[in-house]
Amino acid sequence: TSTPACCGVLPFCRTRKMDLLSSKWLVNLLVCCLFVGVGCNSVEKKIYVNLNYTVPCVRLLNATHQIGCQSHLSGNVGVLHVLESEENLDWVLHSGLTPPYLVILESSLFTRSIMMKLKNGSSRVAGVAVVTPNANPSQGTSPHTSCPNENTGVYTENYDPTMARCNVTVWNPLGTGLSYEEFDFPIFAMKEDNDTQVIRQCYMDHNRAGNGSTPQYPLCAMQLYSHMSAVTDTATCMRRNNINFSLSPEMVCDPLSDFNVWASTRPLNNTAKGHKEGESVVLAAARLDSRSFFFDIAPGAESGVSGFVALLAAAHALRNATQEAPPPRNILYAFFHGETFDYIGSSRMVYDMEKNNFAVDLDNIHSVLEVGQVGLHAESRLWLHSDPVSRKNSSVNEEVKKLILRLQSAASGLNVSVEEPGFSQPLPPSSFQRFLRARPIPGVVIEDHRSAFTNSFYESMYDNAEYLNISYPPDLTPDEQLEYVTDTAKVSPTLAVATVVARTLYIQAGGAESRLGSINADPQMVTRILYGFLVRSNNSWFQQLIPSDLRTGPRTSTWYLLANLTGSTVNVMSDTCFNNCVFVLLPQMYSYLWVQGAAPPNSTERVGFCMRSAARLSKALSPAFDLHEYTSKDYSTWTESRWKTIKGRIFLVASHELEMLTLGVGVGVLLTSLMLTYIMSSKADILFSSGREPANATY
Amino acid sequence: MTASVFFGCTFIAFGPAIALFLFTIAREPLRVIFLIAGAFFWLVSLLLASLVWFISVQISNKDSAAQQKGLLVFGVVLSVLLQEAFRFAYYKLLKKANEGLLTLSQEETMPISIRQLAYVSGLGFGFMSGAFSVVNILADSVGPGTIGIHGDSQHYFLSSAFMTMAIILLHMFWGVVFFDGCEKQRWWAVAAVVASHLIVSCLTFQNPEYVGSLVPTYVILFLMGVWAFYAAGGSLRNLKLCLTCKDKDFLLANHRPR
Repeated sequence: TSTPACCGVLPFCRTRKMDLLSSKWLVNLLVCCLFVGVGCNSVEKKIYVNLNYTVPCVRLLNATHQIGCQSHLSGNVGVLHVLESEENLDWVLHSGLTPPYLVILESSLFTRSIMMKLKNGSSRVAGVAVVTPNANPSQGTSPHTSCPNENTGVYTENYDPTMARCNVTVWNPLGTGLSYEEFDFPIFAMKEDNDTQVIRQCYMDHNRAGNGSTPQYPLCAMQLYSHMSAVTDTATCMRRNNINFSLSPEMVCDPLSDFNVWASTRPLNNTAKGHKEGESVVLAAARLDSRSFFFDIAPGAESGVSGFVALLAAAHALRNATQEAPPPRNILYAFFHGETFDYIGSSRMVYDMEKNNFAVDLDNIHSVLEVGQVGLHAESRLWLHSDPVSRKNSSVNEEVKKLILRLQSAASGLNVSVEEPGFSQPLPPSSFQRFLRARPIPGVVIEDHRSAFTNSFYESMYDNAEYLNISYPPDLTPDEQLEYVTDTAKVSPTLAVATVVARTLYIQAGGAESRLGSINADPQMVTRILYGFLVRSNNSWFQQLIPSDLRTGPRTSTWYLLANLTGSTVNVMSDTCFNNCVFVLLPQMYSYLWVQGAAPPNSTERVGFCMRSAARLSKALSPAFDLHEYTSKDYSTWTESRWKTIKGRIFLVASHELEMLTLGVGVGVLLTSLMLTYIMSSKADILFSSGREPANATY
Repeated sequence: MTASVFFGCTFIAFGPAIALFLFTIAREPLRVIFLIAGAFFWLVSLLLASLVWFISVQISNKDSAAQQKGLLVFGVVLSVLLQEAFRFAYYKLLKKANEGLLTLSQEETMPISIRQLAYVSGLGFGFMSGAFSVVNILADSVGPGTIGIHGDSQHYFLSSAFMTMAIILLHMFWGVVFFDGCEKQRWWAVAAVVASHLIVSCLTFQNPEYVGSLVPTYVILFLMGVWAFYAAGGSLRNLKLCLTCKDKDFLLANHRPR
């Protein structure tokens, strides 16, 4: 997903306050700003403790709704309350004497019922802070909806009313839909670190009522800033984006957009868009992105990473075979971005193909093989989902049956069984559905679940490496961990899927059966890729292949990896490589990436090289924004709001009575001094008459 | 703490000073000019003291807390001495300026007496000193929080405001007494002013024992106030006359043109 511009507000340094006759004010300003760490005890530091790690939930908008959280422009202030249980909510919502409260929740209490109750009592709730644990909870929970992308898939009322809206299978039964609710208070996530300890200590010291008595002021409070600029829905925010009152109009939201990554085994002429005569393409698809309730936390290990890593490994496994004995059909690897938000990437690619804006078009596609969630796999079984409605057509049905047979034969001899679900079931949420919306193409989606998801943390922040049981012995260095081919990797589901997919693609593309035995996914490669995406992306292998400033997010990493795994080096200088020099290279057929490379053993300078491959990016922005149809029902209309500051801090608050008393005393002092001064100045000549200078002096 | 604390502390700290300015200085442009010049002199003294302190901190050992505390004390003492030195310099300047104004003006009498100058310059010193003392704290008092999360006393804002009020009034009294002492060549009065200034400054090292620093400061304020009253020409008899409202008779008896 895109990153909106967040204008940070730099805290300006307060001067040091040593004593009231401080003559060091100017000095302190300089000293403070220069030596912030060394005993700069300004007044602000005495009052506030700033939180370091704060992850908000942000506001997203679509054609009809706004979801996510909002705070006031000047932050939401609330008295801290650590929630102990669901019954304790009564204190927050009804009986507590000092509303509004800012509720601290342990992750086990971050459930739909508690959040809905807090949402309904939102006049007394200033915000929520969720403490995320270091280990995953034992019970599965998913904040996504139970029927993902139900309005933009292929199963609409027109296509097949019995299958629309998850009538046959509820794909995500553990889904609570919390990510799609709207809250008018901020919700932040915090880790179990020092800041959280400070917060708990502050609560214990000040807010904890002892023996049933009410807690006394001053109370510990927290302020959370996460003001979102956009409101209502996408049409409103896009209209407000375009208001041109000033030279620099202020944007309030951005459409979710990124890039798809695609590559083909035989290079396609990318400047000649539209239908290519004689090209028959097998499309191998996977999904790149995922999400969670909070902003920018999206591990998506099982939801997304397992699938595209398997496809990357398959692409690598196929490299030799497709170069030495190229099959008649082309194989197009497509990694779609934005699929979580109503299939942004795949709908865009289909749209481009329909409008002849892509290297091939829909008529060129022979069949589709999609890799879905394949990371977990109890009992080593893979399930092949297909669309029963398009299979009513006999020719499509024949192709699908052939594909399934090829998959089964590819899996023979490996330690995995490949079956169909065995009853008429719609496709799970997958990019293939958008292709089916355009025309009935034969295709299969490989998943590790027969009907409902086996992923109990679908699109949740707990869907991480720990969930996939990727762990390493504790005493390994990061480089050793990178190369550690764990038992799980050797017999891992990802490895088996990669081999099955590679072999099937080769056969589906018309390759010779005799070569099948030589097509195997490399366990070292799988382990390294999984490590890089799930554990640490700043490892030595990624550093060689991917430029350091682009290593955030799966898109660029996948692009460079795909280029390295399917391409070859060319011997040109870096500037030629960067500029895609037309006379030397062929930019319409290939893309050229400059790769940093490794340092040779005797020096520290990295030796870079130019990688030529057919891996490219294609824009993944929903067609609704190109067509300016912001209330479209066919395409994704998701946008993300912009914001200025995201921060939180804790402090003590004094009672209202004390503040009013201070104001009263101040006004009293002012009035008294005005009165006294008036009296004295009107009688000044009498009061100060003795010892006066001679009569020619004036007063 | 919020807007109410901000305004409350502002009024406490600057209330008397604003009242004095409004009723005695604001109408006379000459007094305003000398007030601002006095404030400027105080600023220059602050600048010099800051330079010295800054350089001394740079060359000191920043890790040693005892040394930093010692430097602090040194800085305070130096700043007080410099302020009083600049008060003396201002006095000298005003004496010269008065003679010059006399030759320039068309009237035969001095437009402003040295006593008024003493009062105005003292108040100027007080304004600037108070501003630098408390504006920083007032700015932080606007936010939603109050001091205390690290265990400090809650009464920081209030006691700062009261201390600032005392300081502003003290500067005014010191100005009157100082100029009076210089006029009459009573150097012991000047020394007493410097000594009391040092005492009040060093009392602030008692913070956060606010009672320990505020109560003696207010005692000194009262004493200096009485001394300044006498130095400015007041007496107990005048006070009794005013309070018992016999001043009208007094006026009639000692009628003079206003």
